[in-house]
Amino acid sequence: MKISREDVVRVAELAYLELSEAELETYRQQVDDILEYIGKLNELDTSNVEPMAQVLSDDQSADATLREDVVVLCDVAAEILQQAPDPEGIYFRVPKVIER
Amino acid sequence: MPCPYKNMTAHWTIDGVREALAARKISARELTREFFGRIAARNAELNAFLALSPERAYAKADEIDAAIADGELLPPLAGVPVAIKDVLSTRGTTTTCGSKILEHYVPPYDATAVERLEAAGAVILGKTNCDEFAMGSSNENSAYGAVRNPAAVERVPGGSSGGSAAAIAAGLAVVSLGTDTGGSIRQPGAFCGVPAMMGSYGRVSRYGLIAFASSLDRIGPFANNVKDVAAVLEVIAGRDANDSTSTTVPVPRYSEEIGKSVKGLRIGIPREYFGDGMDAGVRGKIEAGIEIFRKLGCELVDIRMPHTDYAIATYYIIATAEASSNLARYDGVRFGLRAKGDSLLAMYKNTRGQGFGAEVKRRIVLGTYVLSAGYYDAYYLKGQKVRALIAKDFLDAYLKVDAIVTPTSPVPAFKLGERTADPLQMYLADIYTVTGSLAGVPGISVPCGKIGGELPVGLQVFGPAFGEGRVLQLAHAFEAAGGATV
Repeated sequence: MKISREDVVRVAELAYLELSEAELETYRQQVDDILEYIGKLNELDTSNVEPMAQVLSDDQSADATLREDVVVLCDVAAEILQQAPDPEGIYFRVPKVIER
Repeated sequence: MPCPYKNMTAHWTIDGVREALAARKISARELTREFFGRIAARNAELNAFLALSPERAYAKADEIDAAIADGELLPPLAGVPVAIKDVLSTRGTTTTCGSKILEHYVPPYDATAVERLEAAGAVILGKTNCDEFAMGSSNENSAYGAVRNPAAVERVPGGSSGGSAAAIAAGLAVVSLGTDTGGSIRQPGAFCGVPAMMGSYGRVSRYGLIAFASSLDRIGPFANNVKDVAAVLEVIAGRDANDSTSTTVPVPRYSEEIGKSVKGLRIGIPREYFGDGMDAGVRGKIEAGIEIFRKLGCELVDIRMPHTDYAIATYYIIATAEASSNLARYDGVRFGLRAKGDSLLAMYKNTRGQGFGAEVKRRIVLGTYVLSAGYYDAYYLKGQKVRALIAKDFLDAYLKVDAIVTPTSPVPAFKLGERTADPLQMYLADIYTVTGSLAGVPGISVPCGKIGGELPVGLQVFGPAFGEGRVLQLAHAFEAAGGATV
């Protein structure tokens, strides 16, 4: 077994993900199968291989030069607040964070 | 109201639209109405569209009609009805990503690809169904129900861009956009029997594409023929200041490259893509398809790509790791669903627990795990190293050949519900597409016959990075030589 119930509980905490008891066990089993399969990568000796974070080489990637630092109009606050679940004025309201 | 254009065919092409508009056989408004009529007639059954944007579509159509009346030169996609996968932001039209967490989300801006399509004259009909956050290979992970495959309605259309593929196959749009992270354009293209392409990583700006896995995500077209795929790619490709990974490599005129002869081109046939696990019907069609390339004068070269068998494991580490990070933004604060909770933390957890579906949660669990302290080196770092080996397989191959030909999927479209019980088995069927995703190279799936005259098979052509012209040229020659009916 690659991943325990406690591991899944810990990972769900890290990811801020509420999981039911049934979900915990289902995902534990399924993720365990997947990790078991992923274990086949250990057949490869990669001690001399550089990790690849992205595929673009320097001559393909976007101009290394930064864009000019100019002020551009970005008057979208009202539209963005329209999408907020609980806006108040120009703020996003959230449940109380600090206890008095 | 009946359409006045008597020769209304099921599958329009971009050329067909241009000619009909220029000859005043139909107006852009009438054509738009025709397509909304088709969607109204078929969508209850197929579930390909999640939202329609008639106001926007008719406004654009009227603009095109006015330009025609004034005798103006028309842009390349004038009046062409298009459908957009629901992970691409569309200003003013709901963009759900197939998720409950974004059920009512209306983006305040357009994705660059959408903006460029519309600037080229395209008429945006609406948004197509997909697996939640583009995570899936059957479209069954959509929170809004699965899409049905127009070629065989009891079967899946493939995924994750199932709605975009089905819309083309059913004649509900002339072209559509999908996104591909591990095969999500090419595999549904194969399942539904339509050409479908992803350009090189960085070829099309990802600005406004709601992220799944940022080092893999690409946007690309579905169409009724390869020429239209080329035309759309040409419009959406190119540097965008809003995406620093969009490249400055110049965009060639793909539509001018596709007619060229393919005689003498060297095509690599990697042995690793023809092993066990391939459906016999698929194998038969692909072998017949490869024979077409031989008859066209291509040189077939037996090649090895030794790390192919490690691609699925690598992909599901990297893609889920990036997803777990990208999906952290859905916290119920600024947009999307907010669930109740008596503290901020409880609100976050409940929102994400209720808003995400099973496949997304599974991938967040896996992705968070492979990035977590103590496991990062064993999984994520290892995955990045094997990714380098897979990319090198492609670089080595292109020293010997001009392009690589493989099946798109080891199986044809399967029945709805047939494969949902075992996620790993579903993942394993991505074997022929994830390799090119990890390597960043361009790939197309073109129709390669139908098993039993019913189930479409897709043949995949990979090119070297920024070799889209070569890929399109080969796919077009294959199509012109009767590839779709082998």
